[in-house]
Amino acid sequence: MSDIKRQKAVRPVIFAESRKQRPGAVKGGDFQDTGIIPERFLRTEAPLLPEVSELQTVRHFTRLSQHNFSVDTHFYPLGSCTMKYNPRACHTLAMLPEFLQRHPLSPDAHGQGVLQCLFELGEYLKEITGTAGVSLTPMAGAQGEFAGVAMIRAYHEDRGDHDRTEMLVPDAAHGTNPATAAMCGLTVREIPTDANGDIDLSALKQALGPRTAGLMLTNPSTLGVFERRVRDISNLVHAAGGLLYYDGANLNAITGRVRPGDMGFDAIHVNVHKTFATPHGGGGPGAGPVGVSARLVPYLPVPMVVRNAGGDGYRWLNRDEAPRSIGRLSAFAGNIGILLRAYVYVRLLGQVGMRRVADYSTLNANYLKARLQKSGFQIAYPDRRATHEFIVSLKGESERWGVSALDFAKRLLDYGFYAPTIYFPMLVPECLLIEPTETETKEELDRFADALAAIRREAETDPELVKGAPHHIPVPGGGLGRLDDTRAARKPDLIWRRTLEHE
Amino acid sequence: MPFIPHTDEDVRAMLATIGIDGLDRLFEEIDPGLMTQSMDLPEPLEEWEVTRLMQGRAAQDRGTLCFVGAGAYAHHIPAAVWQVASRGEFYTAYTPYQAEASQGTLQVLYEFQTMMAALTGMDVSNASLYDGASALAEAVLMAVRIRGEKSHRILLPETLHPRYRETVRALVHNQGIELVSVPFVKSDGHVDPEALAVWEQDGYAALVVPQPNFFGVLEEVDALTDRVHGSGALVIGVVNPIALGLLQPPGKWGRQGADIACGEGQPLGAPLSSGGPGFGFLCCRTAHMRQIPGRIVGRTTDHTGHPGFVLTLQAREQHIRRARATSNICTNQGLMTVAASIHLSLLGPQGLRRTAMACHTHTAQLLDMVLRLPGVTRVFSRPFFHEVALRLPCPVGEVLEKMQRQGITGGYPLGQDDPTLENMLLVCATEILRQEDLERYAAALREALA
Repeated sequence: MSDIKRQKAVRPVIFAESRKQRPGAVKGGDFQDTGIIPERFLRTEAPLLPEVSELQTVRHFTRLSQHNFSVDTHFYPLGSCTMKYNPRACHTLAMLPEFLQRHPLSPDAHGQGVLQCLFELGEYLKEITGTAGVSLTPMAGAQGEFAGVAMIRAYHEDRGDHDRTEMLVPDAAHGTNPATAAMCGLTVREIPTDANGDIDLSALKQALGPRTAGLMLTNPSTLGVFERRVRDISNLVHAAGGLLYYDGANLNAITGRVRPGDMGFDAIHVNVHKTFATPHGGGGPGAGPVGVSARLVPYLPVPMVVRNAGGDGYRWLNRDEAPRSIGRLSAFAGNIGILLRAYVYVRLLGQVGMRRVADYSTLNANYLKARLQKSGFQIAYPDRRATHEFIVSLKGESERWGVSALDFAKRLLDYGFYAPTIYFPMLVPECLLIEPTETETKEELDRFADALAAIRREAETDPELVKGAPHHIPVPGGGLGRLDDTRAARKPDLIWRRTLEHE
Repeated sequence: MPFIPHTDEDVRAMLATIGIDGLDRLFEEIDPGLMTQSMDLPEPLEEWEVTRLMQGRAAQDRGTLCFVGAGAYAHHIPAAVWQVASRGEFYTAYTPYQAEASQGTLQVLYEFQTMMAALTGMDVSNASLYDGASALAEAVLMAVRIRGEKSHRILLPETLHPRYRETVRALVHNQGIELVSVPFVKSDGHVDPEALAVWEQDGYAALVVPQPNFFGVLEEVDALTDRVHGSGALVIGVVNPIALGLLQPPGKWGRQGADIACGEGQPLGAPLSSGGPGFGFLCCRTAHMRQIPGRIVGRTTDHTGHPGFVLTLQAREQHIRRARATSNICTNQGLMTVAASIHLSLLGPQGLRRTAMACHTHTAQLLDMVLRLPGVTRVFSRPFFHEVALRLPCPVGEVLEKMQRQGITGGYPLGQDDPTLENMLLVCATEILRQEDLERYAAALREALA
């Protein structure tokens, strides 16, 4: 019986269903031999693509989809990722055929609809972030970060301030922050966090100087607390000649309550797949619009939508009209289909709804934090107000019962909950970073808190059960045990080969 | 309150559990002077109201018959592609950090990697980058890492898409990489392998080889690849995935094949959508696998030996390696690879080849028709795939405006990037254009030239 279950757990790769010369789903159009392309340019061996019917294809990928946890099917409290509900209307309306069929190089006159949406979205983002200018073109948060840091670098260079090549990054920062600074040719200097979860101000003061290009800050930080001395920090950095970069990953916590621009930040990226409910898609596509203070406006990446003089219609602003721009980050204008979803989201929520995002995401996080605290979990910064997310440290559980954060995470899957972010930020040992988002009900939060409490009891009474998890994830294909990451990295098997496994 | 499910009773109970008396208290750690007083945003709309609004906007974008390619191509996307790719289980999952609860996304990515490696003739593929141009920038950085301190010079031919050249410059120039332009043969529209001799003395890290190139022309990829390898440098192929149904893949170029292959995946199941989202792909040889940026999925087993899929080789990535990562990329274009995998499964090797052949055939037929018009000539004599450059007897701008009034977007004016290509128009015809569409184009061009 268990063998049958196990077999069911694994779905063969689609190539296993392939049979030579099976009539495919798509004919591909009429053609003739034009005699134009000499033989030396032609492919001599057909690529290994599946030869399957339309039904086989639809069934295969539909079945695979069912092997996933997702926001639509499961509570997905992945910290710092804002896995909120993605409204269906946003998808449907961004997929209107006229939007989908528009070529990126079509004349602006044949794109006034999409251009107006993009222009207005830029105006909304300026309002929400408190910035003077916005470019929507970055294709995800990390590209938004790249744009922001590249602008900061260009700003210093334009002023002849060539020694400013050091970017300050708190030790709790997302990995993309130091990686971005490096991509911009800057060196990274880490700033420690103090015992209360705020930046260590004296360390910051020591680090600031004539080499400082700027400081990259996430606020609320990845520790799930608001940086209380943010105004002092921005004054210090500016006084030292540096600029401030705001990592917008946690914007959901403050939307409508506080604006990064008002805190003194010069460049800000927004993850629309977080705060603006566009889909995460299993890892994108996202979009990472970047907003800036007045001094960085000339450096914004192109293209950008502008309103025509006289207010009649919209058009793309390109490189020749923005001579100091850091340039173009992709061949066209970014992930426009995703930006349209964000636009629809803002129109659905409006002023009142956008403000409630911060209120209810913070309410949910603080409620869940209080519930877990009451069941005996150690909260990382128990005396601080949680923002839209908070951290549980399982250091005590790990020491007492030998059950790690990873074990808790895997056991949660058995209970039908996706796991929170684990082992990030690295400052807190055995941590779970939990972000419930505003779209979850109190009942769902209660079920999750009950599940974590139950796992904690299991960890005490039957630690092997937790350490051996998962056992029976409630999705098709959920019969798999814990997968071996070490083996995957030691003996990389990255593509399927017919010679290795011929069914 | 759209999408917020709390009842008043819920809020009261939750605040009581937290031990505070109002929502404002949740923000009490924030300096009151910082709190936003008001935001100038529109009033919320009901779903039906937004629907009306967006339908009105979309109507303004109603298309013309489009003969522009230049990096984005209109192909038929079978209905099944987005019906399945839009399933909530794909659409609303995230990066598969918890592998056991993400086997669907992970297996799709493994199959995607297999298909992309097969198409390009390479050993390894990542799980996508943002787009073709930024994928090339990553390939350039990768080549410089592979070559180490030997050379930071990258040769970019002028036959490469001008926007790819701009993007590469913007993304790599802060890392001390020298980008050098390689001129093309003006009559042929391709790079003469002999032209590389100039840089062989001082050496270079890699040559970028677009196939087909921006003008639709086929480069002498075998000779270029062998020449570059003779200098100890790397070859980065930039390829169109549909063309790979017909053309020799980068893995087979010359005696050893290209070292890295990248490109824009939009022709595989992504609607044009004003230019995004599509996806970038990046493939390489096994030897360079630890230098590739972005996510990679590998197959492994659980403790009982049953196979399953995980994210792997993560020591390359920003969340582990931070400032020493291969790239800062995190979120990529995941859902587009689901669409591409479904699309490629529906096409199969035969459907892909026939699609490529049909694109080429239609472009050749269109060329035949327009060459009969007075004063219209071919700019480059060499073989082409599904784009071709035309020389017009008058300024292109006026012609395009006249054609636009007939409901036809007539092509891409090459003079906007290169003044020496004034009066030249790049046109593209894919498999979805019918004979009557080609005839309509020819008639509209005839009228515009008259």
